[in-house]
Amino acid sequence: MTEAIRVEGLTKRFGELVAVDDVSFEIDQGEVFGLLGPNGAGKTTTISMLATLLRPTSGSATVDGRDIERDQDGVRHSIGIVFQDQSLDEELTAAENMDLHGRLYRIPSETRRTRTAELLDLVGLSERKDDVVKTFSGGMRRRLEIARGLLHHPAVLFLDEPTLGLDPQTRNLLWEYIANLAREKGITIILTTHYMEEADRLCNRVAIIDHGRIIALDTPERLKDRVGGDVVIVRSSSPELIAPALDEPWIGRVEIHGGEATISVQQAEKHLSAIVTRLVERQVPVESIAIRKPTLEDVFLYFTGKAIREEEASGTDQMRMFMRARRR
Amino acid sequence: MDIVYALWLRNMKRYLRSKSRIVGSIAMPLFFLAFLGFGLNSVVQLPGMGGNYIQFLIPGMVAMSVLFTSVFSGVQIIWDKQFGFLKETLVAPISRLEIMVGQTVGGATTAFIQGFIILVISLLVGLQISSISGFLIAFGFMALIGVAFTAFGIAIASKMEDMTGFQLIMNFVVFPIFGLSGALFPISSLPSWIAPITLLDPLTYGVEGIRYGLTGVSQVNPIVSLLVLGGFTVATTVVGAYLFRKIQV
Repeated sequence: MTEAIRVEGLTKRFGELVAVDDVSFEIDQGEVFGLLGPNGAGKTTTISMLATLLRPTSGSATVDGRDIERDQDGVRHSIGIVFQDQSLDEELTAAENMDLHGRLYRIPSETRRTRTAELLDLVGLSERKDDVVKTFSGGMRRRLEIARGLLHHPAVLFLDEPTLGLDPQTRNLLWEYIANLAREKGITIILTTHYMEEADRLCNRVAIIDHGRIIALDTPERLKDRVGGDVVIVRSSSPELIAPALDEPWIGRVEIHGGEATISVQQAEKHLSAIVTRLVERQVPVESIAIRKPTLEDVFLYFTGKAIREEEASGTDQMRMFMRARRR
Repeated sequence: MDIVYALWLRNMKRYLRSKSRIVGSIAMPLFFLAFLGFGLNSVVQLPGMGGNYIQFLIPGMVAMSVLFTSVFSGVQIIWDKQFGFLKETLVAPISRLEIMVGQTVGGATTAFIQGFIILVISLLVGLQISSISGFLIAFGFMALIGVAFTAFGIAIASKMEDMTGFQLIMNFVVFPIFGLSGALFPISSLPSWIAPITLLDPLTYGVEGIRYGLTGVSQVNPIVSLLVLGGFTVATTVVGAYLFRKIQV
């Protein structure tokens, strides 16, 4: 297999802030690759550089074999992109947005028309094609953007937080579209997300990114394996007592956040009674115990030492969200 | 060229759909025509200008409507920036220059149409056409004002973060350009210390050019008007294209 994207030592600084810090990875053709991380981790900045919207401070990258700095036009021909914030013309109809896009990519009018019909059908917007985008819901807009991003048959499709702010139903629907695209059209897809579930469900490989650095990169399954088996979650009023109580060789890592301890255990079902016994012996107050199979959320916690949601609530990120809202 | 056409087409579609914008921007020059024109027509005597005040005012109102519409069309790229559409054009395999020129041609066309509407309405309130060629001369100057000030608007918009500065630009840049242009009064009737300032105003040459075309009389030689306004158009286009190249989303 040839690689669709090769990134080497990519770095972007904004003044003092290092948004993307020496990032390297390769993506094969036809792969669905996920960039997973909290808000402000550097996912969008990475995508913007690959899409030639931002110039890297240092490092290099090729997309579809074309250099992002030396052959910007070539890269732009090869990629389709669905931005985090919408980029449709609201005063135009769905079909007109598609048509304009086709003209900007110099697609002959005949091809433009047949592909538009085909793609609007694919995303289920055929019946609304002559309605002005202003009247569309969030999910319909996102679907239209995906259709538009595919109009010029890109080799690589960038999806920046494709399901952010959508209701669960629409999200499920979009996931199906995206999975189908990768399967049937063989397009390389690179998507950013901060939903673990999304990365888990769609991606062949996932890079976990935090503070501009890639801290882990593998298939979702192997990443979950690295966490070490299952996860036992114990809720307690004094969670700090849990780790000393469970000093056993078969206990993996114990992470405490909030009123919960997350314990990695191989074959949790077998060891559950032993865990309960130890905790009772040491008189650790226990409110509840749950077992789950590890998710990418646990993976994130394992590699960064913090839950992705805690990260989001931190001050700097709220500031970023605020700035973003203001810029709109 | 096909890219410029695509962006022009988008501008036209948006323009034709925004009925309130069309009506809104025609209203102002019409009110000026009605209040100033009819109100002052019998009072004002224009030395050496032949016709009455309305005849004098009409070219100014045409220029005004082209000016305001074109600046507004140029500044519109801030909306494209805020509503995200600008990114769609910036990641397309087309040059920044093509985007800028497309926006300029589109904006200038809408501005020209707005001016044309005022011109047609003016015929109803008593504009006498001197000649067909005069009409064409007026069209030429309208087009130049349109291109120059759309590019001017794009230059400003490339430097602006959001729409909050728009009112400031309108009040402190666009309105003085209009007020000093001799659209409302003959520049020869101004005090001698102000007259040189009006000659620094590029719109003066636009107004004078249109006035020459429509009434056959002007205070500035039409050739001079053409050269100055033409030069200004080239300058704003170059500056607009240069600043737009650096725009970040």
